[in-house]
Amino acid sequence: MATTKKKIAVSAKKQAQSNTSMPGKSKNFATAPINESLSNKEKIDLYRTIVGIRRFEERSLRAYNQGKIGGFLHLYIGQESVAAGIVSLMGKDDHIITAYRDHGHALAVGMSMNECMAEMYGKHTGCSKGKGGSMHFFAPDKNYWGGHGIVAGQTPLGAGLAFALKYKGLKGCALTFLGDGAVNQGSFMETLNLASLWDIPVVFVIENNGYSMGTSLKRSSAAENLAHRAEGFDMEWEVCDGHDVYEVREVANRAMTRAREKHKPFLLEIRTYRYRGHSVADANHEKYRTKEEIEEYKRTKDPVNVIKRQLLDDGTLTEDEAKRIDQEKKDEAEASAKFAEDSPVAPRGEIQTDVYWEVDNDTEGNLKGRYFFND
Amino acid sequence: MPLITYREAIKQALDEEILRDENVCIMGEEVAEYNGAYKVTEGLWEKHGDKRLIDTPISEAAFSGLAIGASALGIRPVVELMFMSFSYVAIDQLFNNASFCRYMSGGLMNIPIVVRGPANGGTNVGATHSHTPENMVANHPGLKVVCPSNAYDAKGLMKAAIRDNDPVFVMENTLLYGEKWEVPEEDYIVELGVANILKEGTDLTIVSHGRCSMISLNAAKTLEEIHGVSVEVVDLRSIRPLDEETILNSVKKTHRALLVEENKPYCGVDAQISHIIQLKAFDYLDAPVHRVSAIDAPQIYAKELENWQIPNEERIIEMALKAMM
Repeated sequence: MATTKKKIAVSAKKQAQSNTSMPGKSKNFATAPINESLSNKEKIDLYRTIVGIRRFEERSLRAYNQGKIGGFLHLYIGQESVAAGIVSLMGKDDHIITAYRDHGHALAVGMSMNECMAEMYGKHTGCSKGKGGSMHFFAPDKNYWGGHGIVAGQTPLGAGLAFALKYKGLKGCALTFLGDGAVNQGSFMETLNLASLWDIPVVFVIENNGYSMGTSLKRSSAAENLAHRAEGFDMEWEVCDGHDVYEVREVANRAMTRAREKHKPFLLEIRTYRYRGHSVADANHEKYRTKEEIEEYKRTKDPVNVIKRQLLDDGTLTEDEAKRIDQEKKDEAEASAKFAEDSPVAPRGEIQTDVYWEVDNDTEGNLKGRYFFND
Repeated sequence: MPLITYREAIKQALDEEILRDENVCIMGEEVAEYNGAYKVTEGLWEKHGDKRLIDTPISEAAFSGLAIGASALGIRPVVELMFMSFSYVAIDQLFNNASFCRYMSGGLMNIPIVVRGPANGGTNVGATHSHTPENMVANHPGLKVVCPSNAYDAKGLMKAAIRDNDPVFVMENTLLYGEKWEVPEEDYIVELGVANILKEGTDLTIVSHGRCSMISLNAAKTLEEIHGVSVEVVDLRSIRPLDEETILNSVKKTHRALLVEENKPYCGVDAQISHIIQLKAFDYLDAPVHRVSAIDAPQIYAKELENWQIPNEERIIEMALKAMM
């Protein structure tokens, strides 16, 4: 998979800008201002988030294989630095929405392993009371708007969050994540047009892991550079690598700042990689790619190893501390599985709650007519 | 009371709600500078400006989805679809996201949007622009759907829909836009889920919604004057939530039911109504429940044939007399 930064057919304006602001490949992103300003504690928190997502998902995979989790399980393993890096830049008026590979973003915004694991177990203690499942985690109190199951279906919603921010005069942005498989959906292309036409502060983040389900990028998209499609909508864009959390932060920070301050959309493509199949049910994932390709990425670009190495090298973290954090996260993930296992399934009456606001909030006595048809 | 058109009534509702709540905005194709494809929003852009009246490109999936996302943060968008038929190109947004976000978030979200536009045939435009998808909307728990049959209801239901905290579809009718009814000047709403008895009667209940209620009302007058059948006409107004009580009370009184709708018959709204009547008023029925729907084929273009395809007085009277046998 190509991971080089390359802009083709860039307009003169954009070229000028990229020459001044886009860092060269050899740049040490740790020294970029947005990263240099991080305290040691904040740097260690990035490691904690990345390793936490990894250990949580490894535990959820075990639960899935044991038959404890139903439905689909789309693992984020290999991509952790993308969600961790971008979420770490969020301010109080920034919002986030993503697709069905949503566990990493959920944990990064601060959702607990317990509520996430319990949701996958279909338990009442889950973040959506067991009504959403793995693909549909939500935490509006943390500005996290899901967790959406239909490819690209969340992209106009993300633009809507951004529209609301601008409508209300707030200086925030809406981070709208999608996969490389989503770029060929009509709803996404329609949304790019609307976002640029109306100047709304949405930052689209294509997490390009190279495969839309079992179909490689080359076999699904007419051009290898996906972010370049923004040109057709007169929108700014950039491509970067995703394994180094500092690089993700440096590039995303510019996109987010621009969105907040100028109410302008941005299309960011982050080259990353998933180690597992599209979902765990995708048993053939070593048929459409080679084992060597997977091993090479793990060896050179594993997000957990990359940040750990950086923090060990600059003295922020010791080997012992790193191990301790890792063990804490393993324990937390293990405890979340126990919590989920021990939690009850919601009572049957819950099937018909949370359908209508009106029915759930019958406080003013204005509920008229029949809402449900059980006979 | 002033006599105003159905179109004017909807415009008044939008105008008054824009003034009442700063989060209400109207978006859709040609709603602002062009004054509305059917002139429902005429003058509103001039009065309220770009922020509240928003012209969209022809891009239903994007702007419907955008409205849903914006509503999560407290905006109350009223999305105009030039035809309800165009909801079909935004189906994932409207039928997955608008309807299910609340449920899948375990009740943490609600989606206070209104989706409005004409949903009717009888306009000589062929199958793609003549859908009446109220049955399809009603088949999605989480969505509400109303079908005003007159100007008074159109205004009252629209205002109720905008103030509602759930997604509401308001199905209008281009053939009613120019018709006039008395509408009070003071603020009022028509609550969702409350049917209206347009005419009382003792021999037969006609249950209908939308423009078919008005056709049924005319047919009822003929049935009374020429055939001596006293007909009660129940206008559902709201399909979901449904005023089951008014339907059942009427049928228990008249012992006969004729269901009239412009929907296609197969899995139409009246299939559900019929089920409810047989289940809950079986012992009161003196005859099987009869139906008049659009003739079951894609909407035909030819004007004379289309006018026969959708319910008309002649077909309603014929079926009413069968129900009386």
